[in-house]
Parts: sequence; structure tokens; C-alpha cells
Amino acid sequence: MIELIGVHKGFGAKQVLRGVDLSIARGESMVVIGGSGTGKSVLLKCILGLLEPDAGRILLDGQDVREAERDAFLARFGMLFQGGALFDSLPVWQNVAFRLLRGRLKRPREEAREIAVEKLRRVGLGPEVADLLPAELSGGMQKRVGLARAIAAEPEIIFFDEPTTGLDPIMAGVINALIREIVTEMGATAMTITHDMSSVRAIADKVAMLHAGKVRWSGPVGEMDASGDPYLDQFIHGRAEGPIETLR
Amino acid sequence: MSRALYRLSAPLAALGRSALGLLAAIGRVTLYALDALSHVFRPPFYPREFAAALLNVGWLSLPVVGLTALFTGGALALQIYAGGERFSAEAVVPQIVAIGIVRELGPVLVGLMIAARVTSSIAAEIATMRVTEQIDALVTLSTHPMKYLTAPRLLAGLLVVPALVAVGDVIGIYGGFLVSTGSLGFAPGSYIQNTWDFLTRADILSSLAKGAAFGFIATLMGCYHGMHGGRGAEGVGRATKASVEAAAVLILAANFLLTNLFFAA
Ligand SMILES: Nc1ncnc2c1ncn2[C@@H]1O[C@H](COP(=O)(O)OP(=O)(O)O)[C@@H](O)[C@H]1O
Ligand SMILES: [Mg+2]
Repeated sequence: MIELIGVHKGFGAKQVLRGVDLSIARGESMVVIGGSGTGKSVLLKCILGLLEPDAGRILLDGQDVREAERDAFLARFGMLFQGGALFDSLPVWQNVAFRLLRGRLKRPREEAREIAVEKLRRVGLGPEVADLLPAELSGGMQKRVGLARAIAAEPEIIFFDEPTTGLDPIMAGVINALIREIVTEMGATAMTITHDMSSVRAIADKVAMLHAGKVRWSGPVGEMDASGDPYLDQFIHGRAEGPIETLR
Repeated sequence: MSRALYRLSAPLAALGRSALGLLAAIGRVTLYALDALSHVFRPPFYPREFAAALLNVGWLSLPVVGLTALFTGGALALQIYAGGERFSAEAVVPQIVAIGIVRELGPVLVGLMIAARVTSSIAAEIATMRVTEQIDALVTLSTHPMKYLTAPRLLAGLLVVPALVAVGDVIGIYGGFLVSTGSLGFAPGSYIQNTWDFLTRADILSSLAKGAAFGFIATLMGCYHGMHGGRGAEGVGRATKASVEAAAVLILAANFLLTNLFFAA
């Protein structure tokens, strides 16, 4: 169970998060939507402790994340970064198995490789990519490798930052189904950031919309269409006209 | 009145600000260095990263170090011969080449070459990792960037640059030897004998100690500036430039201090 209470974060004079309140129950799939640059990635990084919030509290199972023992805390998480963030000096399989090759989850190399190949298969990549370097893959393939790395150690909580951006519609559908499956089969708690409304409908139990540094609307995905919130409606339907300012 | 006072004090204030900025930077680098050193000695260790750093800092630097030393040793022999001739002291070529190379030029030139080759590549690599969120990814994969990236490189710099300096010293002396025996009329046997008899253990130890210090500075600056670079491609470029500048200046400053420490009466 993750709980955010009044989380603020700014960079210099620019306020990005201005009091975010959000809670995600165990085993639930939360999808966060919002325009580009509204601070969705920053929000994930605050929860993981990659960025320090300026104010507010973030609780995991009731404990403040800043007080948690870092190693044990991070071992519960998997994260897919928006740009993939693959280590370009390591071949694909060592990226996927990174956690399994060192530290407390260390396994024999052969076994780690087998797990990596299996995870690659789950994201639609064959064993022939295992020994390639990330720079030899297309953007969409890198994204899938990042996804495989996020799930490799079977974490309890998984964050997906724009998992389908840059994928063709069919692959996007595969990834959506995979995320759904991970949540239902592994019982993982998921928090996904996306702009892609078909992803939202495929993945989400609950939806939260970030706007102007706050959660503008949140609720079950089934209530999203009848919310009556003009901001949410504009976003869902991709209208240029509406309360959300667009630059043209 | 107050306006005149302001005019007078403004440059002073600017001076004070930059002095404070410099002090703050020294403080930050020192804290970073101490933190990094503490990680060198605490597990977990990453032997593969260390091996890669050894290869990159040491082995792959050999060609540039060798060529630099060879040409410098040769040029030094020519200069000393020409200069010594003016007061009939051209016979001191082997001794001065040996001292010049081992005490000063060997370590300094190797240090500067490492700053150019290794510091820049470390800074660019780590800064790129930062910009592309690879450092964040490391953290989420429960791996401490200081241990995984900084510690192996620092340790490699500390251990392998003295070895490079030793190689540079030998090749530099060999450069002087080639020129002296090839075109200045020295006899090979006595050239080597003179060099060997003249050098003391202290000369050699100081050379290696300088190598260790410069290796530490070069790798530290690469890691520090890589970790603290700005955002985007421009940030990578700036971090790289700043790291090489800082490494080169600090190596020369450290060389002066160490020479003072070892050889001042
Ligand atoms: N490390 C950082 N330093 C300064 N500004 C940042 C940093 N990270 C993000 N920002 C700024 O915060 C805002 C939100 O970024 P982000 O969370 O990446 O947006 P998105 O919602 O598209 O994921 C952007 O304006 C971005 O420029
Ligand atoms: Mg983002």
C-alpha cells in the first residue's frame, strides 16, 4: 500500500508537484495520466527516493519511505524508465538479469541468463537479442528490454513510465496485456504512467489525472467516462478545446 | 556617498563570492573523495567493473604514454646536450635526462595524458549515464553508483597509474638513450651505467608516489564531474571539459606540492 500525502516538489523557481495526494492499494493497478511535463515521472522518482520531495509524506505500508532501509525497500520495486535507461555497456541479457548477477539476489550466471531469456520471451523478444548491446536495438525493443528488467526479479511493486510510447499498436497491445497479467498473476501492485487511452482501459483498476501539480481527478476506471470533470474529459477525448491550456 | 561606496565594494563582493564559491567547490570535492574512498574498502565489491577500469585506465593508455615519453626523452637529451655544450658540460646528458624524466616529466606527462584520455572518457560516460537515467536505474536496482562506478575507477587509477609512470620513466630514458647514442656520440654501456648509478631509490619512489596521486586526481575528477554535470547533451560536454581542466590543473598543483615535499631542502 502506497500513500502520498501533500507531496510538493519544485526545481528552482519552478513548482512541479504542488500537493499530490494519492493512495494505491496492494495488488491494485493505478494509472496516472496527464499532459507532458506535468510531473508524472517526477512523482514516481519521489516515491522511489530518487528525488527528495520538498514537502509532504510518502508512506509504504504505513512507513515513511525515507526511514525505510534502502536496500530492502528498493528490492521490493521494479521500474521501467521512460527512456528505457538500459546500461549501454552491458549486453541485453545482463541488463535484464542485472539484479540477479550481484547483490543480495545473486544467482549463478547460467541461471540468471536463463531467467533473462525467459523474461525477454515474455516481452516478445527472442533469445537472439540476449547477446546484443542495447544500442543495436530499436527504441521499441529497448523499451521491452527495460520492461523485462523491471519484472526480472519479480518485484511486489512495479512502476511503468510510459510503457507503450514508441511501440506499434500491436506491440502496445501485447505490453498492455502483459502488464495486466503481471498484476493479476503475480499479484503485484502497479503504477503506470501513460498518455495512451487504450492502455488506460486495458491496464487500469484506478485512474488518477495529474494537472497543475495536483491530482485533478481519481477514481475507478469505470467511472472515468462519466466523471463530468471537464479537464478529464478533454484529456480522454484528446480535444484541443477545453479548460487545459494548450500552446499552439 | 553610498553610491561611491557601492562602486568600491562591488568588485570586492564579486571577488568574495567567487572565493566562497571556490571554497565550497573544494569542500564538495573533498567530501566526495572521502565518501568514494570509504566505498573502495567496503563491500560489495565489483571485480568485473574493476577489471574493466584497469584495462581502460592502464593497458589501453600504454601507447599514448609510451609515445609521449619516448619523444620527450629524446627532445630532453637534445636540449641538455645543446645547453650543456655552452659550458662544456655535455657529458651530464644521461644524469639530467634521468632526473628530469623520473622526478618530473614522467609523472607529469603521464598524469596529463591520463587526464586527457581517461578523465574525459570517465566524465563523458558517467554524465551520459546520468542524462539517460542509467544512474537512477542503478539505484533502483539496489546498486550504489558510488560503489559500482566510482570506487572501481578510483582504485584502478591509484594502482595502475604508478605502473604507467614506471613504464613512462623507462621509455623516456630510453628515448634519451636512443638520441644520445644515435646522434650525440654517447657509448651505450656507459650511458646506461651513468643513468643507473645516478638515480636514487628516493627518485624512483617519488615518481611512483606522484603517479598514484595523479591517478587518483584524474579518476576522481572524471567521476565527480560526470556525476554532477548538467542536463542534456550540453551538460555532458560541459562535464567533460570541466573534468579535464580540473584534473590537469590539480595534477600540476599537486606535482608542485609533492616536489616541494620530496625534494625541497
Ligand atoms: N532533475 C530535474 N531538474 C530540473 N527539472 C526537472 C528535473 N526533472 C524534471 N524536471 C522538470 O519537471 C517537469 C516535469 O517533468 P516530468 O515529470 O518528466 O514530466 P512528465 O509528466 O512528462 O513525466 C518538467 O518541466 C521538467 O523539465
Ligand atoms: Mg515522464
